Amino acid sequence: MSAQQVLFDIPGPKARARHLLYGVLGTLVLLGLLVLVLIRMANRGQFEAAKWTPFLESNTWTFYLLPGLLATLQAAAVAVVLSMVFGIALAMLRMSDLTPVRWASGVFVEFFRAVPVLIMMIFTWQMLVKNPTMVRLMDTLGLTGANATFIAVVTGLVLYNASVICEIVRNGVGSLPGGQREAGLSIGLSSAQVRRSILVPQALTSMLPALISQIVVITKDSALGYIITYPELLSRTRQLGSANANTLAAYLVAAVIFILINYAITKLAEWIEGRQRRKRRGTPGGGATTQDEEQAGQRAVGAALGAQARAGG
Amino acid sequence: MLELIEQFNVLGAFWLNIRLAAVSFVLAMVVGTVVAILRLAPVSVLNWFGATYVTLLRNTPLTLIIVFANLGLWLQLGIEFVPRENNPNFILENNFWLAVLGLTVYHAAFICEAIRSGVNTIPVGQSEAARSIGLGFGQSLREVILPQAFRGGITPIGNVLIALIKNTTVAVAIGNREIAYQMRNMMEFRPDAGILIFLIVAIGFVILTLPVGLGTSWLSAKLAVKR
Repeated sequence: MSAQQVLFDIPGPKARARHLLYGVLGTLVLLGLLVLVLIRMANRGQFEAAKWTPFLESNTWTFYLLPGLLATLQAAAVAVVLSMVFGIALAMLRMSDLTPVRWASGVFVEFFRAVPVLIMMIFTWQMLVKNPTMVRLMDTLGLTGANATFIAVVTGLVLYNASVICEIVRNGVGSLPGGQREAGLSIGLSSAQVRRSILVPQALTSMLPALISQIVVITKDSALGYIITYPELLSRTRQLGSANANTLAAYLVAAVIFILINYAITKLAEWIEGRQRRKRRGTPGGGATTQDEEQAGQRAVGAALGAQARAGG
Repeated sequence: MLELIEQFNVLGAFWLNIRLAAVSFVLAMVVGTVVAILRLAPVSVLNWFGATYVTLLRNTPLTLIIVFANLGLWLQLGIEFVPRENNPNFILENNFWLAVLGLTVYHAAFICEAIRSGVNTIPVGQSEAARSIGLGFGQSLREVILPQAFRGGITPIGNVLIALIKNTTVAVAIGNREIAYQMRNMMEFRPDAGILIFLIVAIGFVILTLPVGLGTSWLSAKLAVKR
């Protein structure tokens, strides 16, 4: 029942007038709230020029916001790549023919999906800077405390998101028609070869939207680095806010930056999803079977998106 | 292990996470339902409000929202939830409610989407039938659509609750003394027992989230609308 039109009759003149009234009332309530907030902000001097002019100076960007954004993107990018690699590897292990391997990777995945990312970050960070053995190891490798926070952020992100990606890939393989596997086996491939060269590549393509949505989750969660003093965008924003005494303005700007990045990634995922749907529909000779496959694929994509990205991390 | 749990009051710290999750979940359900109704309503301006709320909140990191609640709403705009006078715990209590505020507005966006996916499980015939017996939008929403949407959306709502329970750890960013705070303390004083401490905390979260997952799959099977 995705079509909105199903929920209500096509409005007649009276209903249209009523809807207009609701629309106006709703807008007024929202504007009222906005005005209350703005008055409060104005009373507290949040609209003084000194709070906002720093954003016109290049120092604000080159010293605080851009280095912070760079650190955020660095951690996110490294985490995305590693999560994809480990996630696909975990999926392979979880679909293995060896029961102990399947079992062990299953426990690993379920465990790290249940533990908050922040807990893993704090653990890795404190181990790297406090645990005697790890401290010696860090010294030998020539790594500093600053490296420790980066490693901790990436480790936390990768452990969680690799587990999630493993499940997305498994969902994708599960949604493929059984004939794919059977055809592979019947031309003499081993079941590992079938997974590697037939099932997983198709699963990755059909799950591309869900995988891209996971990038949004990773980018958002990289902000947890703030808590373990990784100098990402939020930490820099805090420094900027105390340097210019414009905390509120600084955080609003940081929020806009995050929203723009994540919104762009979400739109990319939606675009790819739409393109895939069109492509499947355009396949020559696509009869009833193609439609079934398409529905199965959509269901699977919906399920994966629903379970992970739509649950809030 | 037991002495570590007792020495650092692990259970007390987890209790704060549970309280944060419980209060935020109830409030997020209320706000999320309101936003979902906005998104389903026949008024396009209200649709737009709902959609904008979800887009903005879903794309903002929770850490930013919670830190903003503390540094922005409280310290800059002076929004306080508990009386300041004669209250030695003022900062702790206020931070609790600021964290609840942040968790609520963030997860309400996800609850809204979960309810909408519940609405998607309802066959078209249900709302057509509601309209054909003369129910208006509000009536059919109240009597036919939403009750079935909640039942059909139990699994996604349960997923949001699991995410919410895990996300209560972010409240440490504004000084709430919950389990992430306690874990940092513990690892600071007992760096030798790091792995044990991690396992205690991690297993605590498994214990908290596992029943929710099992409970929602049991509930969604039990309450599924028979069709």
